[in-house]
Order: sequence, then structure tokens, then C-alpha cells
Amino acid sequence: MLKLTQVSKRFGGLSVLQDVSFDVPAGSVFGLIGPNGAGKTTVFNLITGLLAPSGGTIEFDGRSLVGVAPHQITRRGLGRTFQNIRIFKEMSLLENVVVGMHAHLTYGVPALLFSLPGFRAQERASHAKALELLSWVGLDHKASDVADNLSYGDQRKLELARALATEPRLLLLDEPVAGMNSGEKVELMALIQRIAQRGYTIFMIEHDMRFVMGLCQRIAVLNFGRIIAEGTPAEIQSNPAVIEAYLGREDDEAIAEGAR
Amino acid sequence: MEWFDNFWAVYSNLVLTIGINALLALSIWLTLSCGLLAMANAAFMGIGAYTASLLTMNVGAPFPVALAGGVIAPTLVALAIGGPTLRLSGVYLAMATLGFGEVVRVLILNAESFTGGALGLNGIPQQTQWWHVVLALVVVLLLLWRLRRSRIGRAFEAIKEDGVAASLMGIGVMAHKMLAFALGAAIAGLAGALNAHLTFFIGPSEFGFDRGVDILTMAILGGTSGPTGPVLGALIVTLLPELLRGFKDFRTMLNGAILVLIVLFLPKGLWDPLRFRQWFARAPRKPAPATVGER
Repeated sequence: MLKLTQVSKRFGGLSVLQDVSFDVPAGSVFGLIGPNGAGKTTVFNLITGLLAPSGGTIEFDGRSLVGVAPHQITRRGLGRTFQNIRIFKEMSLLENVVVGMHAHLTYGVPALLFSLPGFRAQERASHAKALELLSWVGLDHKASDVADNLSYGDQRKLELARALATEPRLLLLDEPVAGMNSGEKVELMALIQRIAQRGYTIFMIEHDMRFVMGLCQRIAVLNFGRIIAEGTPAEIQSNPAVIEAYLGREDDEAIAEGAR
Repeated sequence: MEWFDNFWAVYSNLVLTIGINALLALSIWLTLSCGLLAMANAAFMGIGAYTASLLTMNVGAPFPVALAGGVIAPTLVALAIGGPTLRLSGVYLAMATLGFGEVVRVLILNAESFTGGALGLNGIPQQTQWWHVVLALVVVLLLLWRLRRSRIGRAFEAIKEDGVAASLMGIGVMAHKMLAFALGAAIAGLAGALNAHLTFFIGPSEFGFDRGVDILTMAILGGTSGPTGPVLGALIVTLLPELLRGFKDFRTMLNGAILVLIVLFLPKGLWDPLRFRQWFARAPRKPAPATVGER
């Protein structure tokens, strides 16, 4: 569904990503893990068009995403959340989600100026849909609250609902459980599982190993801007290069033997 | 109705100026509501005023045509300069648009054969009737209210809060910024055209930095959460100097002091629905939800 081929990104002389290639299959939950500063969020920024790659190709359903504006990429069916939450704090929860439906409201200027039936019907439908999405993440009872008043965990859930409102076929989640306590993590894990069961393809960046191993069917590991491993959770857990990246090496020779 | 005739004879100009200032405040509110601190509205007003006046005086165009010219000219200019300038944000955009305003002022000043230079344009026919101003204000207010309640208004607000997040909601950020900027220019041009046909005279110094700051003051003072605020701000900023006439030499000082006090104690402006809601919710029927209390 999403295919990265030999993608690289340089900021001046600093090479952040080199020859990153992987394939997110449709209908799966795919994980990208790696130590801090490995370049994971840069991968997301390249996919969503916030940054342009220095080399390589990014394809979504066979069409290149390179050079396409972020809002156009969203309209092709790519939704995203952020590591540092970026909800619209001064809006209500409902408004936040309705903003996500922007591209799917098709009424024209005359309709909105004169409040024609088409306008009213679409607005009503979008509000109903927003309430439904909020109920998916368990926030429908707070729909008219100001988003800034939400707890940290709830803000993340709101961002998830807002991303779903763009009607994505592929949902990119950037560290969905960062800063959450273990209770909230378990709750969110169930929530993401329910979303995946509804037919969304999910691609997530995450630090929390238990979370990633529990949710993802396939995992890629990024270290110093390179993909060092890709496979099922079990394969990743036993891969010596991954263990080295996360824990450091105990003994050079032993690792070298293990890797061969 | 004799008292009204007397009142109107003395104050009609003031009342209509309030209306025109309200239009100007709304024009900058539009860009502010999209998170853009664009300070070109005085220049757009000037372009509108000169275009409309020249159409009336040199071509003998009928009033509606002159007004249309006064709206279209600044809109086209806004579309032309919007491309490069709207990529800037915050104070950089303010600087660029202020610079543009200066360019316009100097151009008017130096195109003497055309604009009368520093002497300005004299003897513009007084064609603006009171109902022209009222109609313009009502139409603009309705337009802005409808926009606000639609996907376009929501897009403006989303861009104001977080442009990157807005773009990832499928909102064309640049197109919406351009729309706000051009529409603001159109409204400012309309105000300029109406004003020119009300005051008999226009000169380049009217559309300089001072006017730009005045327009911004009205919008900020009134509150930028909705179109009501700028109208209220225009009312106060226009009326206050008149109400303080009795203080003679201290007038401008008091005027300034009052404005400072308002901004100091009501930083979000006079019209702030959120604050009103808090006031009325002070004796609430139900206790605030726990999540609200935590922060």
C-alpha cells in the first residue's frame, strides 16, 4: 500500500536517512521502531509531504507522493497524528473532528452564504459523523468541551479521532502512547486494535516495546538513519543487530558470530 | 423629529465614520482570524479610495461602478502580492505588509499628474448616502458570519491555531490565506471608496502607518473572537475622542490611557464570548467536570 524505496534525507551535510526501503502491506498494522534520534519522525514527515526527500521514491497505492502538497496527500487517504500533540486547543472537541472532514464537505459558496439545504444537510451529517468518531475513542460525552481542557491521554485520543475524520485508508500514528501511564496504554492498545479491525491500515512509530510487539504484524527497525531489520515481532526480538542497537554490545566477537 | 435633524446635521459624518471604521476593522479581523498579522489594510483602503475617486472624477463613472472599481483594484493587488508575502508569518509578514503600505503611499505621492500628489484629490462628489454605509456593513457582516459557520471559517481557525496540523487535515493552507487576504483587501477597498465619497477630499497621508495602526487597534480592542468585536472596537475608538472633547488638552492622553487600561485588563478584547460564558457560569447548575478542574 505504502512503499518506500531507497529514501534518503540530508539536512545540509547531515545525513538523517539513508536508503530506507520498506513496504506497508494493506490491512496490516506495521511498526517502525528505533532508538531516539534514529530518524523515525523524519520518515513520517517525508511521507506526509512536510519534508521533501533528498532521494528515493515514496509511493502510495502506486502513485508517487514526492512533491505533492501535504493537504493533497491527506486527501489521497493518509491520516496522521503527531508525537507532540497538535490538536486545535481553542476549539471544542466536536469542531476539532469536523475540521478533519474539510475535504469531504463539498458544498459551494452560494450554499454556505445562503444556508441552502445542501449546506445544512452536509453540516448536520458531518456533526453526526464527528460524534460517532468521538464515541469510537470514548470522548463523545465531552464533545462540546474546549480541547485544551482535556487530559494528556484524552488529547491523544482526540487527535486520533480527528485523523480518522479525514477518512484515511492508511493511518500514521507517531508515538501514540508517549507520556501515557500503563493503564492508559492498555486502553489505547485496545482502541487501536478496534480501529484496525474496522479495516484501516495502521503504520505506527513507537518506543514502547510491549505495545509494538502486541499490536504489529510486521516491524521495521531504524538505527542511525538505516533500516537494520524487518520482520515479524518474534524475528525482531531475536535479531542480534536490533538487540545491539537497543542494548549495546556486550562482546564484539560474540555479536559478530551471532550475526553471521 | 426636529432634534434628530439637528443631531444628524452635526453628527452624520461621525456616525458614518463609525460605519466605515467598522468595515476597516472587519477587514483586518478577517486576516487575523486566519492567523495572519497583515498590516496592508490602510494601503488597500487607499487603493480603493483613489481608484473609486478617479473613476468618478475623471471618467464620470456612476457611483456603483466607482465602488466596484474601489473593491476590485485592491483585491487584484492583494492577489498579486499575496503569493510572495503570505509565505511569511508573524512579525515578518507584518513588516513586509507595512513595507508594501509605504510603497503604495509613496507611489500615490509621486504620481502627481494622476493622484494630485501631496495635495491629494479635492472635490470628490459626495455621493455616499447613510444607507450605503449601513448596507455595506450589513452585507459584510452577514458574509463574515456565514463564512465563520462554514468549512471555510473552520479552516481559517484551524490555520490560525496550527498551520501544519491544518494542512494535514486536507486544508489548502495557502489558498485559504490568500482568500482571507484578498477578501480583507476587498472590504478595506470598499471602505476607502465609501469614505472618499463622503469626505470630499483624500490625501496620501490618510493611508499611511497611523491609519494601519488605528485599524489594528480597533480590531484588537474590540476582540478578535468574532465579527462583533471589531465593530464594537470601531465604535469605541471612533467615539472616544469625541466623548472626551470636554477634557480639551488632556483629550489624547485620556484617550490613550483608556485604551491601555482596556488592553491591560481585557487582553482578549471587549467582546469575548468565552469570558461572558464564564461570568454566567459562575453560579453553575452542575459542578465543573473533573478534567476541567485538573488543569
